[in-house]
Amino acid sequence: MTTTPTAGTATAVAARATELSKIYGQGETRVVALDRVSVDFRQAEFTAIMGPSGSGKSTLMHCVAGLDTFSSGSVRIGDTELGSLKDKQLTKLRRDKIGFIFQAFNLLPTLTALENITLPMDIAGRKPDKAWLDQVISMVGLSGRLSHRPSQLSGGQQQRVAVARALASKPEIIFGDEPTGNLDSRSGAEVLGFLRNSVRELGQTVVMVTHDPVAAAYADRVIFLADGRIVDELYGPTADSVLDTMKQFDAKGRTS
Amino acid sequence: MFRTALRNVLAHKARLLMTVLAVMLGVAFVSGTLVFTNTISDAYQNSSAKGFDHVDVAVVPKYQDSEGDKVGKPADLTQATLDKAAKVPGAASATGVVSGFTAVADKHGKLAGGNWQSAGGNYWGTKDARYPLTSGHAPHGANEVLLDAKTAQRAGYKVGDTVRLSVDGPVLTPTVAGIFTTDDGNVTAGGSLALFDTPTAQKLFGKHGTYDEIDVKAKPGTGQAALKEALDAALPAHQVKTTTGRQLADDQAKTIADSMSGLKQGLLVFAGIALFVGTFIIANTFTMLVAQRTKELALMRAVGASRRQVTRSVLIEAFVVGAIAGVAGLVAGIGIGAGLRALVGSFGASMPDGPLVISPGTVVAALAVGILITMLAAWLPGRRAAKIPPVAAMNSVHATATTKSLVLRNTIGALFTAAGAAVIVAATSMDASSGEAPMGLGAVLLIIGVFVLTPLLSRPLIAAAAPLLRAFGVSGKLARQNSVRNPRRTAATASALMIGLTLITGMTVMAGSLQSSIDKMAASAIRADYVVSMANGSPLSPDVAKKIAATDGVSASSPLRNAETRIDGTTEYVTGVDGASIAELTDLKVDRGSFTIGGDRVVVDKVRAEEYGWKTGSRFTAHFEDGKAQTLTVAGIYDGNDMIRGIMLDNKVLTPHLSRPTDMQVMVKTANGASTATKDRLTSALGTNPAIKIQDKKDISNDIAQMFTMMLNMVYGLLGMAVIVAVLGVINTLAMSVFERSQEIGMLRAIGLDRRSVKRMVRLESLVISLFGGVLGIGLGVFFGWAAGELLGTKMPTYELVLPWGRLVLFLALAGVVGILAALWPARRAARLNMLTAIKAE
Repeated sequence: MTTTPTAGTATAVAARATELSKIYGQGETRVVALDRVSVDFRQAEFTAIMGPSGSGKSTLMHCVAGLDTFSSGSVRIGDTELGSLKDKQLTKLRRDKIGFIFQAFNLLPTLTALENITLPMDIAGRKPDKAWLDQVISMVGLSGRLSHRPSQLSGGQQQRVAVARALASKPEIIFGDEPTGNLDSRSGAEVLGFLRNSVRELGQTVVMVTHDPVAAAYADRVIFLADGRIVDELYGPTADSVLDTMKQFDAKGRTS
Repeated sequence: MFRTALRNVLAHKARLLMTVLAVMLGVAFVSGTLVFTNTISDAYQNSSAKGFDHVDVAVVPKYQDSEGDKVGKPADLTQATLDKAAKVPGAASATGVVSGFTAVADKHGKLAGGNWQSAGGNYWGTKDARYPLTSGHAPHGANEVLLDAKTAQRAGYKVGDTVRLSVDGPVLTPTVAGIFTTDDGNVTAGGSLALFDTPTAQKLFGKHGTYDEIDVKAKPGTGQAALKEALDAALPAHQVKTTTGRQLADDQAKTIADSMSGLKQGLLVFAGIALFVGTFIIANTFTMLVAQRTKELALMRAVGASRRQVTRSVLIEAFVVGAIAGVAGLVAGIGIGAGLRALVGSFGASMPDGPLVISPGTVVAALAVGILITMLAAWLPGRRAAKIPPVAAMNSVHATATTKSLVLRNTIGALFTAAGAAVIVAATSMDASSGEAPMGLGAVLLIIGVFVLTPLLSRPLIAAAAPLLRAFGVSGKLARQNSVRNPRRTAATASALMIGLTLITGMTVMAGSLQSSIDKMAASAIRADYVVSMANGSPLSPDVAKKIAATDGVSASSPLRNAETRIDGTTEYVTGVDGASIAELTDLKVDRGSFTIGGDRVVVDKVRAEEYGWKTGSRFTAHFEDGKAQTLTVAGIYDGNDMIRGIMLDNKVLTPHLSRPTDMQVMVKTANGASTATKDRLTSALGTNPAIKIQDKKDISNDIAQMFTMMLNMVYGLLGMAVIVAVLGVINTLAMSVFERSQEIGMLRAIGLDRRSVKRMVRLESLVISLFGGVLGIGLGVFFGWAAGELLGTKMPTYELVLPWGRLVLFLALAGVVGILAALWPARRAARLNMLTAIKAE
């Protein structure tokens, strides 16, 4: 199968990469991490990005999320073209329009759970929307632990704080970098459940990098990367269908 | 083991940089001090040794001790003694030496030598071997003088010029008869030397046909010891003392070495403070390195390394760091030594030339100090490393900073602090001499207590700053929380800054209070408009007082004439004054009786009155230096102070007993008060003499202020090194924090904290830590200043604590500036952090 352009869909696009390339080094040491990738992430859709290590899946996410620069092509978040933005504007864009969930939770140990959740709004100097905040907090089931510090929470609870932090500022799109990588399967399932619910019930857009077929099965759509190109795409995936797809281009070994 | 340690040092180059710098600065201070003092000391010793080339045996008068009612004084070295010495077998010649103070004015009327180095002497006969003439001829009579070549060149005099001189007040205007060269230590050090013929010198210096010293030169073939023996046999043993030239040179060398060792010790104290501050940085760094390597060290333990081996590996690392810092510090110290010499030279105080002396002792001291300090400070972190259990290697949990309870630490700290403060407060109610030791002990206890308590103190004090930090939004909030995250490290960093500021503040408070109290004393005790004295504090001739009294517009004046007497078998210094005028010139509180001086009526201060059990009307007998006695009556008892104290009697009574009356000061009251015109009149009446100071009350205040300012500036300069080391400590701590929190900073950047806010966060943390140290230091300093003042106050009735608010605010601002400066580099690093690698970093 080849890259499926996403033209013709009725739903609006939350983020779009067009002919996106990322090249490291020059001459002998030249490495192409992304090779003219074009992809759309539609609103209210849960997308998983999969691929073997070195396939460029993390790089793609970093470039689209405004964390990394790219060599050519274009990236849009909503109406904003990222390529022309300076660091300061990019930072503001991430603050206001993007939510992040990291593999290593990345909470501030000095802040309570609630303070961690409202951190992006604190940075922006905005008052959080109280009703929305309550809704998010009760959805992730943290109501009783808001005054706890990260060191007093389990890994699963910490990642739920991270999910709430990503959702609280109502970003246009949430990026997750192996969000279940450091969790046991039960906690992982919980977190993935929240992410799916946020898409289904709250209309949130979520893009997640993962190497776990089970995690990918929670998504509405899975795109597969290899050698910096999108090599396949799957809608309504199951763990089995994802595994099957991966086996088809299993030249280098599966995942990291 | 050694190789692992070396690898670790190399791997953590950047993180050890500040530690190396801190140790290096301390070592540089130590070795710079040693190089400088050794060089100066050597140069002086060489130049003074040369000065004794012309002396084989020196004969000096023996001091005739005070005894019973007899006032002590040196025996006279008469012409007869000199003649006898010259005829002793083995003696080739004998030279009589007369010396004293002689101020030489340059062509602009300013002193050509410094106040203390303006010397005068005699030129022996027609050809004096001590002073080879480069031009002109030997001086003859009261109207001729010789000048040393350096002074002549500096002041622009040549043979035939008229030069203005002053020995004890009156201005002399002899002609320059010749120019000579000399190895005299004072002259090589930038002073001036003027030589008269022997009779003139004897007259000017009040020696009346006697000598200060007789230098005897031996005939070829006669040794110094043999000559000394011959002289001892020939001269009256109870009147003279003989010393060989070699012995004199040795003695002088020893004196120079002693005075240099005083300077050296003074400087080393400050170097020690800088090094002490450095230990906090070393301890911080090694604590962090150990914490970061918990897993690695646990692995070593798991594969069989013993606890001792782990400790040793940390200590070896410290050794390497200390050795590097020691060598770098030594090199820098040699530079400092050379620079200091040049600097002192550029101030005009030229010093005898000599090579830069880098003794083996200096090298050993520098290396030993660098290595020992570093290893000592790393010892505790090393022990902590040894306590890491092998199982920590298997633990995936990141080793957190020690969260060990601070309860024990706080208890100990509170005990020390309370004990220290209590002892100090108790000491303030003691009198000055007996309170010193307890106060020192209390200060040590209190400082240790506060060191131990700083982690505890950091929370409330930094919390107090929260409202201010809130203005900076999320950066301020994060900065505040980050600064109390590792209380021990914050405390150590702040303590390093605290030490310097405590000392600086304490000194400032004390000096300010002392200055104002001395000022007050000077102002309140004196009613005179002017006080006239010699610029260097040497005595004035009575002529000066006479000339002043005869000057137009002077309504009252009195010299303060010093004399030694024996009263009840003890030595007592009395002050002779003009009995009729003194009440108009001074404003002393009279306790009992009346302030009347005249005839046998005298006034005494309270201290003397108590000591001798005198009341008003008491009579006592004073024995003067001429052996005569006089019965005096206590007319009044007054409150003395540091400027005016003791027994005051009328000069009409005192002067006849003195062979050579001299005055320390002359107090002057004028009809129209102090004014430029009056001062000019006095100046010209005294012959526009640069050696004489005419000061009004404001001048005296300024003089006092200048003295204190100079002292304070010196102390600031020396403590500046400790502050610089503390700044390195703040940089170090921030750099460590930024490094350790790179993942967090990466996350903050990812979720939208911009670079400016990241920078601001680090800067504010730095500011908070520095101000914390500043507040502690200034607080402690004020307390110490107060306590020391209370102790001193028992000696000085006018003492009053003066808080220099302007300075205190300045010091706090300085602490803030330290914080901002220290954060420059770490903040930049934090802002430039690569987000992606930071987030991924495990």
